[in-house]
Amino acid sequence: MLLTIRESISIALKEALNNNKNCFMMGEDIAGYGGAYSITKGFLEEFGKDRIIDTPISESAIVGAACGAAMAGMKPIVEIMSINFTLLAIDQIVNNIAKLSYLSNGQIKVPLIIRTVTGGGGQLSSTHSQSLEHWYASIPGLTVVTPSNAYDALGLFRTSVKSQNPILFIEHGMIYRNKNEVPDDYYEIPFGRANISLVGEDITIISYSKMSCVALEVSDILKKEFNVSCDVIDLRTLSPLDSESIINSVKKTGKAVIIEEAHKTGGFAGELIAIIQEACFDYLDSPIIRICSEDIPIPYSRKLEDSIIPNTNFAVSEISQKFNLKKLTY
Amino acid sequence: MILDDKKLLEVLKQMIVIRKFEQSAERQYKRGKIAGFLHIYSGQEAIAVGAIGALKKNDYIVSHYRDHGHAIARGIHPNKIMAELFGKIDGCNGGRGGSMHIMDTSKNFMGGYAIVAGQLPIAIGLGMASKFKKNDDVIMCFFGDGAVNEGEFHECMNLASLWKLPVLFILENNLYGMGSSIYDTHACGKDVYLSIEDPYKIPAAQVDGMDFFAVRETVLEAIKKIKGGNGPFFIEAMTYRFRGHSIADPSKYRDTAEVDSWIDKDPILFLKKHIAAKNLDDDIVKIENETDEMILQAEKFAEDSKFPLLDSRFKYVVND
Repeated sequence: MLLTIRESISIALKEALNNNKNCFMMGEDIAGYGGAYSITKGFLEEFGKDRIIDTPISESAIVGAACGAAMAGMKPIVEIMSINFTLLAIDQIVNNIAKLSYLSNGQIKVPLIIRTVTGGGGQLSSTHSQSLEHWYASIPGLTVVTPSNAYDALGLFRTSVKSQNPILFIEHGMIYRNKNEVPDDYYEIPFGRANISLVGEDITIISYSKMSCVALEVSDILKKEFNVSCDVIDLRTLSPLDSESIINSVKKTGKAVIIEEAHKTGGFAGELIAIIQEACFDYLDSPIIRICSEDIPIPYSRKLEDSIIPNTNFAVSEISQKFNLKKLTY
Repeated sequence: MILDDKKLLEVLKQMIVIRKFEQSAERQYKRGKIAGFLHIYSGQEAIAVGAIGALKKNDYIVSHYRDHGHAIARGIHPNKIMAELFGKIDGCNGGRGGSMHIMDTSKNFMGGYAIVAGQLPIAIGLGMASKFKKNDDVIMCFFGDGAVNEGEFHECMNLASLWKLPVLFILENNLYGMGSSIYDTHACGKDVYLSIEDPYKIPAAQVDGMDFFAVRETVLEAIKKIKGGNGPFFIEAMTYRFRGHSIADPSKYRDTAEVDSWIDKDPILFLKKHIAAKNLDDDIVKIENETDEMILQAEKFAEDSKFPLLDSRFKYVVND
């Protein structure tokens, strides 16, 4: 069936609630309002107020409470409306949720899911447009899931529900309406397994979340206009990371491009570049390109915002210039 | 609830074990056997023993970084705690947590938490689970006066009350958040309980935290109310730590007269005086001797235990 990402996550949530009586959801405006992005519309009526819990605007308490409930055998799914708001709960995420299994020597498990929404592009200005998922990927103990399409979102969410570990399930606000074919039969997608969304020979493009959609558009143009074929790697999870797929691809192509929405400085691209040069130094035949958001706060005004966040045309021009690609002439 | 002589002696013994354990920990720190931060509980024993003694087996405890006293009062063997302080494999956390993070889930002792107020949301979640599963487990949540000024504290007061959660908040008010007096940090001064009942609609009481009986009675009363489905309860236990904030703190910000005035209220002496008329002197001597032996054993156990295997260090970062 053809599903949007929004629909696929909604389906996954209902499955989780139906299959596990100890599973419950909480978050700001998820019940009566139906969720800021309408993911949980109708859930209150279907599952009742004991399992679909509206909370006050108290991110730290909500996220920490999910941790406590998980420690007592519950399966909490928390919605934090925006990744920017997770900063109010970052102590709970980093100091408690990520640590308790290790700190307790395996006595405590924290099998919870925090769903949140990342990314810019909605003219929400600097405090509501950041991409911070890679911060969490740098913390041992956290699983960071960043789906780019409905098929992956459903399969990865099912795996998240079964996991004994804390999951940050990070959805991109600008691609909720993107549609994909999703099989009716049950399937799961394991963590740490990238999706090679296109197989090519000449260039490896690595990305995740919304930028994976950009990467596919870029590869399409590179093929048509430059007769260059790309391996397009959608990481799907930042932690655990599928380094193997990246390394194998770059060894094959000798050229790597990373497209990422986070700011360039300290972004995940830097980490990927380090991995590539450690493993593929002798295979590279040009410097690695990273295409990221500029190092400035995301502004409100449309044209300003567009000039900062990577898009297809900008990526094509960067890649063709830096790799000195020749345009086809007919 | 009246305690018979046997029970009173047990209580006294627990308090003496905590005191002597902490004295031993200080010695072992100076010998270089214990490292990192070490926060000594001496002076506050009546709270841990009075409060935790009122709990049932299924009830949960979350604590702060001054957690050895709570762990001992919950019945975690001093051997396991001392081994943890030594960073050894037989420690309650296998040497991964150290002094500030004692955890033993077999006792529903869900841990010492070392970020101020970070354990309060955990208590909220444990309370939600208890309510969801419709059992009558109570969550006892300890924190210090420093936690009261964190935003999380206020978020959690609101949530606990709003959702009528079975959480007993126990503020161990020892008047100092590290080196800062509560008079310099809290708008309402030392009587924090006055700032709880009205805004949050949580019944709150203040109790002499040096008096085992007062702590116990108040906690029993609070638990009765909580189990009646009335939501949380807040107890402010006034107390004093006899040592510095941590072992590295010479405590120069407190004047000697103030420290001495509190040492006069030593909760162990208080209890001993209280039972003086019962002619239990021989029993008390026996307790002291038994405790000395117990602590020696704990030191030996920790010393003899092995350090964790290096190969084990990747375990439990994530679970399969």
